[in-house]
Amino acid sequence: MKLRWNVVAPLALLVVLAGLPLFATEYMLHIGVLVLLAAYLATGWNILGGYAGQHSLGHSLFLGIGAYTSTYLFAQIGLTPWIGMWVGALFAAIVGWFVGYLCFRYGLRGPYFALVTIALAEAMVYLVTNLNALGGAEGLDVRWVGHNPALMQFEGKTAYYYIILIMTALLLFGVQRYSRRRFGYQMIAVRENEDAAEALGVDTLAVRIRALVISAVVTALGGVFFAQYYTYINPRNVFGEGPSVQMLLFAIVGGLGTVWGPAIGAILLVPIAEFARSSLGNTFSGAHLLLYGVVLVLVMLFMPNGIVGLVQTLERRRRGGRA
Amino acid sequence: MLDVQQVSVHYGAFQALHEVSLQVPAGKVVSLVGANGAGKTTLINTISGLLKPSGGAIFFEGQDLTRLSGHQVAGLGLAQIPEGRKIFPEMTVYENLLMGGYSAQARKLRSQTLEEVYTLFPRLRDRHKQLARTLSGGEQQMLVIGRALMMRPKLMMFDEPSLGLAPLMVKAVFEVVVQLKARGMTILLVEQNVRQSLRVADYAYVLESGQIVLEGESRAVLENEHTRRAFLGL
Repeated sequence: MKLRWNVVAPLALLVVLAGLPLFATEYMLHIGVLVLLAAYLATGWNILGGYAGQHSLGHSLFLGIGAYTSTYLFAQIGLTPWIGMWVGALFAAIVGWFVGYLCFRYGLRGPYFALVTIALAEAMVYLVTNLNALGGAEGLDVRWVGHNPALMQFEGKTAYYYIILIMTALLLFGVQRYSRRRFGYQMIAVRENEDAAEALGVDTLAVRIRALVISAVVTALGGVFFAQYYTYINPRNVFGEGPSVQMLLFAIVGGLGTVWGPAIGAILLVPIAEFARSSLGNTFSGAHLLLYGVVLVLVMLFMPNGIVGLVQTLERRRRGGRA
Repeated sequence: MLDVQQVSVHYGAFQALHEVSLQVPAGKVVSLVGANGAGKTTLINTISGLLKPSGGAIFFEGQDLTRLSGHQVAGLGLAQIPEGRKIFPEMTVYENLLMGGYSAQARKLRSQTLEEVYTLFPRLRDRHKQLARTLSGGEQQMLVIGRALMMRPKLMMFDEPSLGLAPLMVKAVFEVVVQLKARGMTILLVEQNVRQSLRVADYAYVLESGQIVLEGESRAVLENEHTRRAFLGL
């Protein structure tokens, strides 16, 4: 059997990443967790934004729903986040379906859909800020109970690192598998030409809603991990614009609608941003945000299809096809 | 096979179609001709479920289409070849064709249908790995027709297939219509290219300002005084 690079390379990367905790420092592991979480969330965003072409600028809505659901349930009734994450995912799915149905059924597209998502996420910031039951502006703590795998709490960073590594690997595997199947093609068809897709018998409304629901569930599960890792959430840091922007930023830089683009975007940008934050944080706070802005503008100008898109174009040229 | 009964369509207060009736019998090529803005595309989009009529009814093999949405109409075997070559530009030619063949019935016969499409359009076979946006205009039109064929439709509706194509390609497109007809396909052909389309059609309707003003055997329509003056400049 011929070895295919698109199978071998990811497996090799997985092996390397799995071995990282053997020699990495805590700080390196922390960066690793940040990169993987960013890759995971951007990949989840990319299902809706990249494949189905519906650009959500308020995906933190789902991140926050996941984070708050599991954290609240743990605080109130001691429910383990291992179960709470699925409750959060269910809520995200319901909200996602509702948002999708309202927007897409009534023909909200492109920028209008994006505006609705911003508005909803921002509304959640204020709603939760004013809900004392959810901790208000102070947010919620994930109470530390000591090392307890059954409650998704671990001493050190290694276990968190492996959890997010597995989540990311499974997600990428799923995207790789389904993007070249019926549902993946249907999403791309909807993105590229909705009328033509409809004329070919694709239920374009259902495809868009399904893409949104899947993306919402993925993002909510990431939100639960976020809460467990940081052990603290507040309305602004999970429902705010920060996470929303990062998700789409990594996806755009890496390549919209590609399997590996969002992960590659995260792998390249997160360490640079972290370096900027830690080395310039005292003298020039917010340097990493400026950096994100500059990178985004440059990518939009010079490689609108992102890094993976650029590589694909070059690859096609090399093979001699018209690119 | 297709029976359009007194269909009216409004865009807001503007009435685009006035009680239009039209029949497409099985195995025939029916042409709908008319100038720009006469309502041809409106009629096609109404039949395929993208627009809702404000009056009248549309039956396909006895089934009422009026309340169905676009993908449901397509699922019944009614393929629209949209105006303006609506390909999926970032998919390869092969992937574009696959998109046509996802319904349950079409799927079973997919590889066989694909072979038929490649036989009909050898250029698509040559270029099957290329991104669709890199095809020429004529090739894109072939791709759209091939993609519709992948659905194994019972009836194909062509919306201005020759629009914006080079003369040689226009000829090729009509040649394809003739070939499909020879295989027994039922076709509704909407065209501005009156002369060419009446030549391949069995029966024709003339649409003006949202109303059918003339219908008959193609030859009769082609020789009609009104048609000659209005469309052929004779």
